[in-house]
Amino acid sequence: MTTLDAHVHDLGMPGNPISTAVADSVALAGEKKTDLKAKDLKTDQEVRWCPGCGDYVILNAVQSFLPSLGIAREDMVIVSGIGCSSRFPYYMNTYGMHSIHGRAPAIATGLAASRPDLSVWVVTGDGDSLSIGGNHLIHALRRNVNMTILLFNNRIYGLTKGQYSPTSEVGKVTKSTPMGSIDAPFNPISLALGADATFVGRAMDSDRKGLTDVLRQAAEHQGTSLVEIYQNCNIFNDGAFELLKDPHTGTQWSIPLEQGKPLVFGPEGAACVVKDDFGGLRIAETNQVDADDIVVHDATRENPAYAFALSRLSSQDLRYTPMGVFRSVSKPTYDGMMTEQLDTAKVQQTADLNALLGGGETWTVGD
Amino acid sequence: MTASTPPIGAPNDDVSATAAHSATGGLVKSVVALDRVVIRLAGDSGDGMQLTGNRFTSETAAFGNDLSTLPNFPAEIRAPTGTLPGVSSFQLHFADHDIMTPGDAPDVLVAMNPAALKSNLSDLPGGGLLILDSDEFTPRNLAKVGYATNPLDDGSLQAWQTVPVPLTSMTLDALADSGLGKKEAERSKNMFTLGLLSWMYHRPTEGTIRFLERTFRRKPEIAAANIAAFRAGYNYGDTTEAFAVSYEIKPAPMAAGTYRNISGNQALALGIVAAGQRSGLPIFLGAYPITPASDILHELSKHKAFGIRTFQAEDEIAGIGAALGASFGGALGVTTTSGPGVALKAETIGLAVMTELPLLIVDVQRGGPSTGLPTKTEQSDLLQAMFGRNGEAPLPVIAPRSPGDCFDAAIEAVRIALTYRTPVMLLSDGYLANGAEPWAVPETASLPDLTGTVGFATGPNAASTDGTPEFHPYQRDPETLARAWAVPGTAGLQHRIGGLEKADGNGNISYDPANHDFMVRTRQAKIDGIAASIGPTDVEDPDGDATVAVIGWGSTYGPIGAACRRIRASGRKIAQIHLRHINPFPADLGEVLARYDRVVCPEMNLGQLALLLRAKFLVDVQSHTQVSGMPFRSAELAAVIQDAIDTTSTPAVPAGAAANGALQ
Ligand SMILES: Cc1ncc(C[n+]2csc(CCOP(=O)(O)OP(=O)(O)O)c2C)c(N)n1
Ligand code: SF4
Ligand SMILES: [Mg+2]
Repeated sequence: MTTLDAHVHDLGMPGNPISTAVADSVALAGEKKTDLKAKDLKTDQEVRWCPGCGDYVILNAVQSFLPSLGIAREDMVIVSGIGCSSRFPYYMNTYGMHSIHGRAPAIATGLAASRPDLSVWVVTGDGDSLSIGGNHLIHALRRNVNMTILLFNNRIYGLTKGQYSPTSEVGKVTKSTPMGSIDAPFNPISLALGADATFVGRAMDSDRKGLTDVLRQAAEHQGTSLVEIYQNCNIFNDGAFELLKDPHTGTQWSIPLEQGKPLVFGPEGAACVVKDDFGGLRIAETNQVDADDIVVHDATRENPAYAFALSRLSSQDLRYTPMGVFRSVSKPTYDGMMTEQLDTAKVQQTADLNALLGGGETWTVGD
Repeated sequence: MTASTPPIGAPNDDVSATAAHSATGGLVKSVVALDRVVIRLAGDSGDGMQLTGNRFTSETAAFGNDLSTLPNFPAEIRAPTGTLPGVSSFQLHFADHDIMTPGDAPDVLVAMNPAALKSNLSDLPGGGLLILDSDEFTPRNLAKVGYATNPLDDGSLQAWQTVPVPLTSMTLDALADSGLGKKEAERSKNMFTLGLLSWMYHRPTEGTIRFLERTFRRKPEIAAANIAAFRAGYNYGDTTEAFAVSYEIKPAPMAAGTYRNISGNQALALGIVAAGQRSGLPIFLGAYPITPASDILHELSKHKAFGIRTFQAEDEIAGIGAALGASFGGALGVTTTSGPGVALKAETIGLAVMTELPLLIVDVQRGGPSTGLPTKTEQSDLLQAMFGRNGEAPLPVIAPRSPGDCFDAAIEAVRIALTYRTPVMLLSDGYLANGAEPWAVPETASLPDLTGTVGFATGPNAASTDGTPEFHPYQRDPETLARAWAVPGTAGLQHRIGGLEKADGNGNISYDPANHDFMVRTRQAKIDGIAASIGPTDVEDPDGDATVAVIGWGSTYGPIGAACRRIRASGRKIAQIHLRHINPFPADLGEVLARYDRVVCPEMNLGQLALLLRAKFLVDVQSHTQVSGMPFRSAELAAVIQDAIDTTSTPAVPAGAAANGALQ
């Protein structure tokens, strides 16, 4: 059962006792309730995003889906940075920290590494995670600490009122770039794969089913999961993802990633993905290639090159955007290995403070 | 040349009795008793001077002398061999009585090459003993450092008792049969030198032999070579005519107990381990390597058996971020760094102030600004620690006074962090970090019991408007003003904290002007209130009638204390005030300062504590500053203090006594 497994995965870490002080107070507080409803995850705080903001849809999707993981809400912690999206924790009846700009992955790393019993989530924006916090993001990904990072990408700085962001397309006209932005954007998926992230997915705010599906896999994944969520900022970058949302153009330009299925997409499956001559992938017309040449999606490929090639199919204007899980591979987690080292050390040495303090070369002075 | 006069008389920091002479001259070796000696070993960074110094220190500690050390090395790992920037030195002061500093100037200088001679000779007072590796005084090496003539034979070293010893070639001779190549064998010359010094100062040798066996366990031929060189050096001392005298410095009387030699960084790391054990909280260290703080990360990384998690982060911001995240989860978060790292951590420290979580921030200060002098000492981060954040973001600042005291200071910092749920800044410095002294190993049971300071919340502590029980994260303990700390995992106490201003009590986001004003004042009041738990100002004024006080903080304790001893030995009166707590100050500090006609404040910065004292107490503190990257010399401080006393309206100076001259 996936749901139960997820719970056990995130909470399990057998043989890893949390500190006695923590365990005692957790025990004193009484029993954990895991059969939750979406409303159990709501807080009494008034949600303060602009009406129509994509953040609402994501919040609803998360609140509806989380109970199915079977994790008690007190065992979930959401850490965010700064930005519109980073207000997220205030609206979730879990433990939470709305921290400082860009640093949420670092803070969550310390929490997850010292409390492997918790389910740790990071909510961040494109500016938060890719500008000021880019360093923490790539290091969290390479370390593979057990946590799930939700990157709300609206391709704009929302909270500071509409400057271009590191995911904005070149030529973006904003208050800070009246003649158009001149720097090339990051592709967050390519960046994450470059950091050898073990789980990388992408979903659309308005696609409840697709989003829930990716979120579930991300939550169940052992290690750092990154989910890029395309989020509409209807105030400063409205319609940024319209090409993919519009029922007509959407099918044409999005490539749904389904595990074990050939990468065929577009109206009537007219387009497909095949290998190119340089070790990458390219788009082809389905009727122009051999059916056997069409790439079958496998997110579990050990080598990130495949997932990376997938991520390079899309252009800045969002044509040919793969949606779904790019990569999901299993590797030891940082917190798991840290716990193992502690356990090994405990077998090898006794934690005797007197012996430690009086260690090394000592001498004694008599009375 | 024969060295037969005991090397004493350097302007040093302690009241020193003249040594008993018993030299008989000639070939008969004599033993002279000394009460203390300061040795400086200087050589190329590749010569192993730090290792040699540390070994000599361990032998000296094992012998039972009181001691104090001053390592001094370049920031470059290996500057070009034989050049002035590549010189590394280690100074050790040891005595048959209690001493406070590594000594103002050496009595003995060992120079392993011309560069070491050139950069250290000016510190060696006339008549001092100078031992040189004569093999290294080649035309090429001399030219490298700009000696036009060879100081060994141009008469320029006449003012000192110069003993050239072919240390390199004698080491090679001793290792002729070792099977090692010339280059490799040459490396043992530091052990030859250590052997010679061990003979000269009657040091026990077993410890060094055991140490070499242990260090080179996997390379027995290297262990054997080093031991052979060490023994050869010792035997050379015993048989040569060059050294007719050896010296005896009796063990210092110390309180009964078990002692070990400890550096500041080591003591600080052990203090953190102890604080974890005594509070029952797991330690989580988030750190990014930086000189001179890295050794704390290294040391704590060895103690995983105590449940200590160490995390080498991608930068200082992540280091403190992870530590704060761990604190949120119910661990004791710690981050260790130096000044440049504190600058990067500032925003997260502000978040810790706002979220009111316990956090220990260790700043091992070094010369600044910017990258500054990474391997040198300074006290110039005090104002950064106090004020280096946006907004009104007060935090407690405390400082250890000696290497061993870093242990107690760490425990005290943790006590404050846990009791008051606040980040605490612990200001060590390069001098404390790398300096060492004998340390009385404490009994675990005698250490403060910190279990009472934790107290996680386990249930609601308030009620909503309709009477439903609720958890209010910003509900405070009326006495300490500490907020309630509920850890994730605790059912029913879910809450959100963060950097936005929080409403008093329930902790919801609040932009209410009155609430903000209240919260800013409350956070300040919480820090100010710590004064109630720290006891009165520590004043040392033996007769209680001094009119001048000298006030310091941190690592200047030793040099100031030694200067005060000189002043008192000259018949003058001086009160020494040394602050462990700089924020908040002890509650009675204003009153204490007001008792004196004059207050002198020596600091290794441009007067940062003086600025705080003036601002807070309106006292006209006389600031005395030095920012050379080196600790104060006590003789110089004594002169400053003497001058302050002699020019203060009611002089209490007995006629004819001169603080500086009387002791030499
Ligand atoms: C240290 C710091 N620098 C700058 C800011 C101002 N700031 C707040 S949010 C933000 C950008 C937010 O953009 P993004 O992460 O994309 O979040 P969004 O609002 O779009 O959800 C900036 C620059 C800040 N809070 N802190
Ligand atoms: S500014 Fe944009 S991202 Fe921010 S709340 Fe409004 S719509 Fe949402
Ligand atoms: Mg954004």
